[in-house]
Amino acid sequence: MADKIRETISAASKPAPGEAGRTGDWRSQTPFIDHDKCSQKDTCLLCWLYCPDGVVGRDFPLEIDLEYCKGCGICAEECPREAITMAEGKTRDDVA
Amino acid sequence: MTDIRIITANEAAAVAASLCGVQVIAAYPITPQTPVTEALAGMVESGELKAEYLTVESEHSAMASVIAASQVGARVFTATSANGLLYMHEMLHWAAGSRVPVVMACVNRGVGAPWTILNDQQDSISQRDTGWIQLYCRNSQEVTDTVIQAYRIAEHVNVPVMVCYDGFVLSHASTPVDIPDREDVDRYLPRWAGVPGISLDSCMNVNPLILSEPRQFPDGDLMPGYMDLRYRLQEDLVAALETIETADREFESLFGRSWGGLLWEYRMEDAEHALVSMGSLASESTLAADDMRRQGLRVGVIGVRAYRPFPAGRLVSALASVKTVTVFEKDISYGYGGAVAMDLKAALFDTELRPRFSSFVAGLGGRDVTPEQLVRAATAAITEEPVHGWIDVRGR
Amino acid sequence: MATKAARELPSQELILPGTRSCAACGLMLTYRHALKALDEGKTIVAVPASCMTVLHGVYPITPVKVICINNPFAATGASVSGIVAGLKAVGKEGYTVVAFAGDGGTYDIGIQSLSGALERGTNFIYVCYDNEGYMNTGTQRSSASPAGAITTTTPVLAKLQHKKDMIGIVEAHRIPYIATASPAFPLDLYDKFVTAKSISGSRYMEVHAPCPPGWGFPNKDLIKMGKLAVDSGIHVLYEIRDGKFSLTSRSLRLAEKGRKKSVADYVVGQTRFRKISDEQVRRLQEFCDERWEELVKRHNKDNG
Repeated sequence: MADKIRETISAASKPAPGEAGRTGDWRSQTPFIDHDKCSQKDTCLLCWLYCPDGVVGRDFPLEIDLEYCKGCGICAEECPREAITMAEGKTRDDVA
Repeated sequence: MTDIRIITANEAAAVAASLCGVQVIAAYPITPQTPVTEALAGMVESGELKAEYLTVESEHSAMASVIAASQVGARVFTATSANGLLYMHEMLHWAAGSRVPVVMACVNRGVGAPWTILNDQQDSISQRDTGWIQLYCRNSQEVTDTVIQAYRIAEHVNVPVMVCYDGFVLSHASTPVDIPDREDVDRYLPRWAGVPGISLDSCMNVNPLILSEPRQFPDGDLMPGYMDLRYRLQEDLVAALETIETADREFESLFGRSWGGLLWEYRMEDAEHALVSMGSLASESTLAADDMRRQGLRVGVIGVRAYRPFPAGRLVSALASVKTVTVFEKDISYGYGGAVAMDLKAALFDTELRPRFSSFVAGLGGRDVTPEQLVRAATAAITEEPVHGWIDVRGR
Repeated sequence: MATKAARELPSQELILPGTRSCAACGLMLTYRHALKALDEGKTIVAVPASCMTVLHGVYPITPVKVICINNPFAATGASVSGIVAGLKAVGKEGYTVVAFAGDGGTYDIGIQSLSGALERGTNFIYVCYDNEGYMNTGTQRSSASPAGAITTTTPVLAKLQHKKDMIGIVEAHRIPYIATASPAFPLDLYDKFVTAKSISGSRYMEVHAPCPPGWGFPNKDLIKMGKLAVDSGIHVLYEIRDGKFSLTSRSLRLAEKGRKKSVADYVVGQTRFRKISDEQVRRLQEFCDERWEELVKRHNKDNG
């Protein structure tokens, strides 16, 4: 553990992912994408569009970054083909 | 070629800010400060000074604007008085915490309610704990030179500086002022490189939420917590004691004038009795000292120029061989006493020195203080009992 | 040209994942798409004390790839004025300066410095993300809270007054661009940021930002709630360019051939309206209907 604190007179943060840690840990429900149900067409992408945290990918088959997905369920709610479902649990392992 | 002008302290402050090449000015009108910013607005509109002038909607906004302009790299200036300064209070803390070298003229005026537009130093004294450097001036020449020194100091220690001078007594009184040569000012005041650690060349979040404990950046660097930055500010303010002295010495070598750095002394060489004060009241105390010397009392004067950081060490040295100390000041920390007196007593307590100590609050809200009144008060304090009192309160 | 599909939006994400904002935050979604219209490294954001401060993270890390300068609550308009003046004074060009303040920081404590900045014609975009209360301090009433809403400072009677007409106040400053937007309509929101960025002078945008914990609806319903607000005329999507008023997106379609949903449909799904009386709903409906008619009339007049 480094205990040497870097010299600075004022506070200015720099960008890095995971500022609040692995926010995936906040989840009580985890999204699953049924790629057969997903249109897999970039004319849709509503899950990507509506994800507040930007953790849904744009390339097909779509992937959700579960390290950071907060489990809000918007993607599942808004998917026009009901291809995304929310299941209880923090991880796929919990659910499976 | 010497450029002597008969100008007020307000005009002097404006001319000095202009000589320093300020790039952004934001100010809001308040008596008796207004002529400072009127003069600067005139210079900007006429093209004499190349700067952005923001006619903001409040003093809170004035300080917010100059802080932000400073954060993007501009040399900035503002001025205010009394309630305007109090309205800035939140932003004064923000400026010091942001470590921006803002320079502000504070034209000292009593604080309402009830309203007074006349002079005392309650306004700036009540802002002493905001993390600013406060320098008090005794005449228009010192105001000119101190504004220039203020940038040198502020940009060296990254702490904002308030240049305080008495409303009307100085702000509206015309006296001859030797205007420094612009090229000399440029030599004295190097180009400012911006607040250390802040740049527009990379993404950053300036003055974010911060924890009490240090926190690690992903690259491994452990960064300070809130209290660690506060300690650094305090350390740098203490270090500014030396910077203020150096800035004055180097100013003297270029311009031939010194204002004493942290404080100035008058007839203190053989003094047994010291009068201690700030600003124009300290100037006036020299007349009282002369008079008391004529009466056989060996009296000298110490004018406190830097109130924050407080020059405890230099004050103690200057007072090492006096028998009595009498403080005159135009402020009061309600419920106790004058702020300068309290600080000076605390400084002496750390030493073996125990001079008889008296203090007087005087001249609040523009009440006239004459040298005769100072002589009477000081003589009684020296020859009779020490006293902590007020000068010339009526109807008691 | 209006953006018609999600795929047309830039893939750039200037917010790195793992932020401190709540799940299903209306502000997050707003900010995410707003930043798609802005440039990394050339955007300076000014932020007062607010949910946005939290979103921007705890020292020394920020999830957001912009230059952000925090300022005290009342100071946003003044802070951007200083930033803009400072950039000009030091000869730094090409930056877009954007203030992001909440409704408390805009309607209430920030209105003075905002007015000053607009009156001076400061070259910046001011964004009010309106979550209709002091959500960061725990859902207190602001002058943007709607009538009938329970907040922690209107806990018994619910708010008695209608929302302040902030846009009317802003419009009185005669600035070149004003727009409303909603994160439930991200394409419209994105387009408006693109437009705002292309205009110089003072620009004001008001984004209705649903707040699940503050309003009391399930996280998953963020988009539904945002859409309901627009469909019921609680929030109307439009822009005003040099005084010319135009409805946009869903509000335009509603005006052309749709039927507004009722305010009752909007309030029923939010626990903050649990004490709203029938009379208050009726008055809120009247308030929305009157404003809607005025806005449609104005749209038709300006786009006739």
